[in-house]
Amino acid sequence: MMARKKITLVSFGYFDRKFVEDVARAIEKEINAEVTTKEGHLDLSKYYDVKRRQYNGDDLLKFVDNSYPSNRGKTMGLFGVDLFIPILTHIFGQAYLNGNTGVVSHFRLNNEYYGLKADRKLLLERFIKEVIHELGHTYGLTHCHVPTCVMRSSTYVEDLDEKSASFCDHCREKI
Amino acid sequence: MSKKISILIVDDEKSVTDSLYNWFVEDGYHVRCAANAKEALSILESETYHIVLADIKMPGMDGLEMHRRIKSLNQEAIVIVMTAFASVDTAVQALKDGAYDYITKPFDPDDLSHLIRNATSQISLKEENETLKDKISSLENVEDLVGESEAMMQVLQQVQSVASSSSSVIISGESGTGKELVARAIHSNSPRKYFPLVSVHCGALPENLLESELFGHEKGAFTGAMFNRKGRFEMADGGTIFLDEIATISSKMQVELLRVLESGKFMRVGGNKEISSDFRVICATNKDLKKMVENGTFREDLYYRLNVVNINVPPLRERKEDIPVLADYFIEKYCKSMNREKVSIDKAAIKRLEEYDFPGNVRELENMIERALVVGNSNTIRLKDLPLEKGGEAPTPVESLNENEKRHIKNILDKYDWNISRAAKILKVDRATLYNKIKKYNLKTSDKENH
Repeated sequence: MMARKKITLVSFGYFDRKFVEDVARAIEKEINAEVTTKEGHLDLSKYYDVKRRQYNGDDLLKFVDNSYPSNRGKTMGLFGVDLFIPILTHIFGQAYLNGNTGVVSHFRLNNEYYGLKADRKLLLERFIKEVIHELGHTYGLTHCHVPTCVMRSSTYVEDLDEKSASFCDHCREKI
Repeated sequence: MSKKISILIVDDEKSVTDSLYNWFVEDGYHVRCAANAKEALSILESETYHIVLADIKMPGMDGLEMHRRIKSLNQEAIVIVMTAFASVDTAVQALKDGAYDYITKPFDPDDLSHLIRNATSQISLKEENETLKDKISSLENVEDLVGESEAMMQVLQQVQSVASSSSSVIISGESGTGKELVARAIHSNSPRKYFPLVSVHCGALPENLLESELFGHEKGAFTGAMFNRKGRFEMADGGTIFLDEIATISSKMQVELLRVLESGKFMRVGGNKEISSDFRVICATNKDLKKMVENGTFREDLYYRLNVVNINVPPLRERKEDIPVLADYFIEKYCKSMNREKVSIDKAAIKRLEEYDFPGNVRELENMIERALVVGNSNTIRLKDLPLEKGGEAPTPVESLNENEKRHIKNILDKYDWNISRAAKILKVDRATLYNKIKKYNLKTSDKENH
C-alpha cells in the first residue's frame, strides 16, 4: 500500500490561524494527503529588493527548500508579501517542477490590492487554488489547457476566479 | 502542432534563465538555456529551436548580432529579443532585422504568455503552410507532363536532376512537344518555386520591344514610355525566366543577354541605375542552335552560357505509346472544363490516332480531342469525330477552338436554312446563346453574303 502523501504548510509573517487551517483542509480534500501547518521565522528584509519594492521569489523558494527536509514530503511557504522573479513583474507563487518545495503569496490575491472591497471568502478561494496549483507542479504537473482545471496557468486574479480548485481527470491521474 | 514547441533562452544572467526555464517548463515547452550568444550559436548549429528568446545586452556578442548570425545559419527560429533597457532604438533595429517581437524586462507574466502563444500560433501556421506547399508541389511535379514512354521518363528524370540547381537549361524539341511544360516542371520542383516563373515569347516581339520587355524602361525613355516599368528580368528576381524561341533574338539582343547572364546586372532602357536580379534562365527552341552557332547566326559564347543542360523533348511520333494516356488526359481535362461527364474513346479512334504522325505533336492531339468533344455529342469519341476519318492527315491541325466552333455553327445553321430554333435545338443551346454566337462570329446566311 502506498504511503499517504505528506504536505507541510509553513506560514511566514502574520497569518490568521483559521485561514491557514481552512487552506490545509481544502488541500486534504483535493489531494489525498496528510497536511500539517507550522509557523516559519525569517528576516524578510534580506529578500527585499529596494529597486523593485518587492520580495525575491527565487531566493525565498531556495530558502524554504533548504530549510525543510525533503523526507517530510512537500513544503509550501505561505507569504503575504509581493513576490517577484527577475524576469517577471510579479508572481502569485512558484514551485520546483517535480521537486519538494513551493512558495505562494496572497499579496496580489486580495481584492484590496485592486482597490476593491475586501472579500475574505474570495481571498481564501484564490489562495487555496494557488497553493494546490503550486503543489501540482511539485508533483510534476505542467500547465493544463482544461479551463476549469486548477493547473491552468493564471496570470491574473480573474484567471484564478475562472478555474476551479480541482484537478481535471487527466491531471489527477498523474499525481 | 505536430511536435512540442522548443525554446532556447539566451541570457548572461543566470537568475533570468532559471526563472524563464521554470516558467516555460511548467507550461510544457521543451527548454534549453545558453549563458551567451556564442554558446547559443553553437547549440543552434546542431539543434533546431522553434523560438529563441535572447537578451539584447550581453557581453561578447549582443543579441542583435546574434540574431543576424542565427539568420545566416538558415535557422527558421522565431527570435524574440529581451531588453532590460527600454531602448526603442535597439528594439526597432531588432525588428528591422527580422526579429518577431521584443519584450522589456521585467515582463508582465500575461504579456510573456501572450507573446509565446502568438509565436506558437505563427509556428503552427508556418507548418500548415509548409504542408500545403508540399501538397501543391507534389501536384506540380507531374503538371501536364503526361507520358509513360521511356523517352518521356528520361525527360522527367532530367527535370528532376536539374531542378535543384540554378544552372541554365535549353529545352529543345519540335513545336507543340510541351517545352514550356518542361520549363514549368523544372521551376516548380526547384528551390525557386515560391518565386515567379516569368515567360517571354522572344519570337513574338520586335527587337526594341523585346529590349524594353526584358530590361524594363524608365519614364520618357521612348515615345509612349509614360511610366517606369519593370522588365521581365527584374520581375523574375528569385525565380526563373523562361525565354521561348530563343533562336529568334537578334545579334544585338544576344550580346545584351550574354552580359546580363554573366553579371546578373542590367539597366532599364533610358535608365542609369544598375539593377541586380537573381534569376535562373530556361530557354526553349525548335531550332538546332548548334547549327546556328556553326553558321554564325547565334553567338557561340551565349550558346555555351545557356547550354549548361540540354533537355530534348521527343516528338509525339517517337513516343506513340503515350497517345492513349495523353488522349485520356485531355478528355478528362476538357470534360472538366466543359462541365461534362467524362466520355470515353473507342478502340478504332485510338488506333487511328496511333497511326497518325502528328506533325503538330501533343498540341495537335490536344486540339483534336477538344474538337472531338465539341463536335461529337455522344458519350464516346468515335473515329468519325476525329478529323482523321478519311485520308491520312488532319485538315486543320492548328485550328483554334473558336474557329472550330464558328465553322460548326455555320454548318448547322446552313443545314437548317438558318432556322434559329431548330439549329439551337440541334446544338443544344438556347436561342439567346445562339444569337450571341452569331453576333460574336459575325455569321451571315449565304444569301446575305451574296447580296
